[in-house]
Formats: sequence, C-alpha cells, structure tokens
Amino acid sequence: MSPVLEAGNLRVTFGTSVAAVRGVSLTMNRGETHCLVGESGCGKSVTALAIMGLLSRTAHRSADILRFHDYDLTRLSERGMARLRGDRIAMIFQEPMTSLNPAYTVGSQMAEVFQRHRRVSRATALDRAAELLQRVGITAPGLRLKQYPHQLSGGLRQRVMISMALMCEPELLIADEPTTALDVTVQAQILRLLQNLQRELGLSLLLITHDLGIVARMADRVSVMYAGEIVESAPAGALFAAPTHPYTRGLLRCIPVPRQVRRDEPLGSIPGVVPRIAPDFVGCSFRDRCAQAMPDCARHVPRQRATIDHDYLCRLPTDWTRAEAA
Amino acid sequence: MTCAVEVRDVRRVFRTHAGMLAPERVVRAVDGVSFALPAGHVLGIVGESGCGKSTLARMILGLLPISEGEILVDGRSLAAMDRRERARLIQPVFQDPFSSLNPRQRVRDIVALPLAAQGNISGRQQRDQVMEMLARVGISAEIADRLPAQLSGGQRQRVAIARALVLHPRIVVCDEPTSALDVSVQAQILNLLAELRRDLRLTYLFISHNLAVVEHIATEVAVMYLGRFVERAPVDELFRDPRHPYTRALLSSVLTPEPGNGIPDVGLGETYPDPANIPPGCRFHPRCPVALNRCRTQAPDNIVTHGRLTECLLAEGAQGTR
Repeated sequence: MSPVLEAGNLRVTFGTSVAAVRGVSLTMNRGETHCLVGESGCGKSVTALAIMGLLSRTAHRSADILRFHDYDLTRLSERGMARLRGDRIAMIFQEPMTSLNPAYTVGSQMAEVFQRHRRVSRATALDRAAELLQRVGITAPGLRLKQYPHQLSGGLRQRVMISMALMCEPELLIADEPTTALDVTVQAQILRLLQNLQRELGLSLLLITHDLGIVARMADRVSVMYAGEIVESAPAGALFAAPTHPYTRGLLRCIPVPRQVRRDEPLGSIPGVVPRIAPDFVGCSFRDRCAQAMPDCARHVPRQRATIDHDYLCRLPTDWTRAEAA
Repeated sequence: MTCAVEVRDVRRVFRTHAGMLAPERVVRAVDGVSFALPAGHVLGIVGESGCGKSTLARMILGLLPISEGEILVDGRSLAAMDRRERARLIQPVFQDPFSSLNPRQRVRDIVALPLAAQGNISGRQQRDQVMEMLARVGISAEIADRLPAQLSGGQRQRVAIARALVLHPRIVVCDEPTSALDVSVQAQILNLLAELRRDLRLTYLFISHNLAVVEHIATEVAVMYLGRFVERAPVDELFRDPRHPYTRALLSSVLTPEPGNGIPDVGLGETYPDPANIPPGCRFHPRCPVALNRCRTQAPDNIVTHGRLTECLLAEGAQGTR
C-alpha cells in the first residue's frame, strides 16, 4: 500500500542564519498515528507548517520528496495546495482561542469549510456541522452553532476545532499540541476522542507534542526531534523499551512519573540548553550536552539502525546502552 | 509550635458586571480554605484552571486583599505587617519568567531590588549578597550583566528564584514555577528548588496542575476544587490511597510514559465547574461518577476521617475502604 504522506530530506531555513528543519524524513501510512516529539524550538511545528504549505514568506522550504498520495507538494501551486488543505489534509492548532475567528459564530466558520470544498448549500453545510459536533461529544449542537468562540470553554473550543477539521473527512490530520492549553481531565477526554475518531475513520494522524506521556499512549510510531533533526525514530513500544539516542534517554529520565518517585534522589536532567543551529552546522547538534560525546562527534554523524524499523542519529553502537546501564 | 503559614477559613469574592444592565456575577474564587503548614514542609496545591489556587497564593503573598478569614505568617497576622516586613518573610516565584522580570534591567539589578527596597544595606553588601545568591542558583558573574531577553527560560527562572531568596525569606510561594519550561529544564529547576529548601530550611507553598511534579517536591498535598480543599493528606498517602473521587479522577488522567495503556476514561462527563455558579450540596456532585442523592443537598464541608481531610460524604460513610 502506498503511503499517505512521504517526506524525504525536508529542510526549512529562515534567512541565512537559522536552520529550523534539517533533513527530516518520515513516512505515514493509512490509519497510523505518528508522533513528533521534542522540546520548544526543535522544529516540530515548523515541520508541520512546511507540510501544510503554511510557512511565512521569510522561510525557505526544500525537500527531495514531499508527497501526499499522488500529489508532489514541492511542485503543487498555491491554488492546488489550497484545494487539499481543509479537505484532504486538515490541521488542529494548540490554542483554539487564537485559531477560531472571534467575529463569526461557530456554525458559520464550520459551514464555510464545507461550502468552499464541496459546493453545497448553507443549510446542508450547517447540518453537517451539527452532525460533527454531536460526533465529538457536544450536547445541544444547535445552540453551539449559534454561539461565538468566546462563549465556549477551552475544552469545547478544542472540540469545535476538531470537528471543523473533520468536516471534509480528511485522510491526514495534523494536530500541533492539541491539548497543551487544557486541564489534564479535559486532555484525557480530547485524546480519547481523537483516538476513537481515528479508528473509525481510518485517519492518519501526525501528532506533535512535547509530552512523552501522550506519545506513549497515542503513538504507533515516534520520531524524536532535536535541533531540527529526527534523532531517533521507532515504533512506540521499541522507543520506550529500548531508547538508544542519548537525548531520548536523557529526556525519559527527566519525567517525574506518579507513584514511581524516589523522593530522596534528584530527577534526571539534561545540562545546558538547545543550541541555535546555523545552516552550515556540521556534526552532532547534541554533542555539547551529551555525556558520551567524543571528538568525532564534530564530524558528520551516521544514521544507524538498531533494528529494521528503529533508527537513530549517533555514532554510538546500538549496544552502548548496556554499558550505560551496567 | 508556631506554624510557618496558618490560613483560617479564608474567602475571596470577586464581583463583576458583564454589562450595565446585566446582573452582577459573584465569583467565589476561594470559598473557605483552612490549613496550617509547619516550617520546613512543602504543601503542594493541585487543581484545574479556575479552582482558585492562584487567588489563594496571591492572598498569602499579601498581593490581594482577603474578603473573609485570616492568614498568619510565622504566628503573626499578615494584615498587621507592612510591606517590607512581609517581604522579609515571604517571597514569590511565578510561572512565567518571561513576564515576571523587568526587561530593561540587568540580572544583577533585578536581584538587588528586594535588598535596596529594605533600605538598610550598603551598596557593597548588596553586591556581595546578590552575587552570592546568583552563584547559589547557578548563574555566573558573566550572565549577571545580561538583560532577561538574553537568557533562556531556565536561566530566567533561576534569576527569579535568586530574587525571591536574596532576602533569606522563610517561606516561598511557587505558583506553577516550571509550567512554562521544557521537561529537561523543568527537572533542573525542580532539583534546584529541592536542594535550596534543604540547605536554607525553607517552607514552600507549591502550586501546580502537574501531579507528578507535586509528588516529587511536596511533603503534603491539597487538592483544590471550586475554591475549597476537597482533600488534603501527606504526599505518600494521597498518591497511595486517594479518597476523594475528584482526586482519583485527577490521578487517573495523568498520562505516564507507559506505551500500550491507552487513554484513560476519566468519567467526569461534560459539565465544567463555574466558580460563579457553585452547585448546592457537594460542589463536585454534578461531575462525580459515584454521587448519591444526598450529595445534591448535603455539603461535606470539613469532614476529617483518620486525621485526613476528605470533603466527601462517601469517605465519611466508608472509612478506610474504597
């Protein structure tokens, strides 16, 4: 089966001084949840915007491959992209308050998407909107359609965003930190909803998050980003059972896990900060913070395979973690 | 023994008008909170947005007047102290280090301000104390000459901690001190706060929505819901044996990094709490998965069983069982 989305060596630079995305490659199959995880500034959101064709004018995008089904997104015109966006590829943003238009009712914003792509009447579009609001667990959809975004709670707004993204039954849904602004109890509700919808509709979900708890519970496949590169990519089970890149391992040690806290011990932490990477940077971008760094890390870094579907960007051999554990 | 902080039935009401003719909205942000915190302890306060945890913190810091009740710091009424005295006893660390530091001042001047405001320390002493405290939190002399915009989020939060500690207060109120930080930096800051508490014998009030973070640093935990502490217990007991249905829901909604477990069904339904419209009876009953009929009318205020506060009628009826 051909992949839904395929990106090869995707790069995004801003001006001449900042390389935000540096050679990202990923493949998404139908019905798959792929999590892009990393800390702020690692390039995960820029990757999403680059796929959607929503980068600002100051950004420069290049890629060896960027395909959605049979569409070559590197050659597609702005009009062609606009036809896909909101129809076959949809996106949910972090802060629903800033991505919904405060001046229009929920109903008119949701109907607009459908009318634009499907040439249907306003009434048909509103019926579809009501149906989807119900689908995402909103009671009294008729009332909600007439309301403005500010009249809804954070959890309701995010449900509206999700149902709006689903109006045209997209095949690929990109969700950028969809629950970061929400309380934990609401977060669980929204993630359950996304998971159920995804199974029912066979959606491919590209989920961007900084939260490894969400990754563990949602992902089929995980790609860990650091300083614009995917430093490790594996099926979720393998990534948590056998993390191999020193950054992934460090990140996992930083998370306090309820009921597993050792109160007398400090939490693991990664010293230093994420570096700013110029386009001509060579070598491993994590080397300044890495306890395993060696002089060779300043040279070109190989991408190695730990198993057939688990790769990592580091000089260390796959079994180095045994030495660390000992 | 005098407690570091003692809060007696404190309340805070906000009155707002939506429009000229609209009826007045009365928001009961904090609705009868009492606790006593011994020196050297860390009280973690957890709850969802709008539960009143930040309002409570601001009252304890003296930044917001109290509608009713009394707050004692070090055995003395907060209301009877002047600002300088208060500042020597109790200091804040806020969530957002991007907006809590003056962008036009150098780091060393930001940290010196609390000393200068006390007005009884020479310039030389001030400089020494500032540099000592900055070194203590891991900020080098070189960084002390920079502006906040030139620092990373973690460095800014270290500066905010140095500013809070430069007067050697007894109590520090941390309001979501790591929520704006990345996990790797969050761990650095939590470790620093734990180390400082031990070395300087500090008392913390630690407010967070992140239960795992609270479990790591707190000695006791209060769970806040619509303006009240609905459960309070020593940290190990609360995490081992949560008794209030809301505490259990909060704990079950934490997503631990364990693949294959899926997303839990929290079972709280679609109703969201509104502090302008607190339900009668138990304030949690509209969302409670195990509510009884009498929960609609009977308020479970101040129910203590086995020395633990659990504001739930079921906890009273079924002592020690689930």
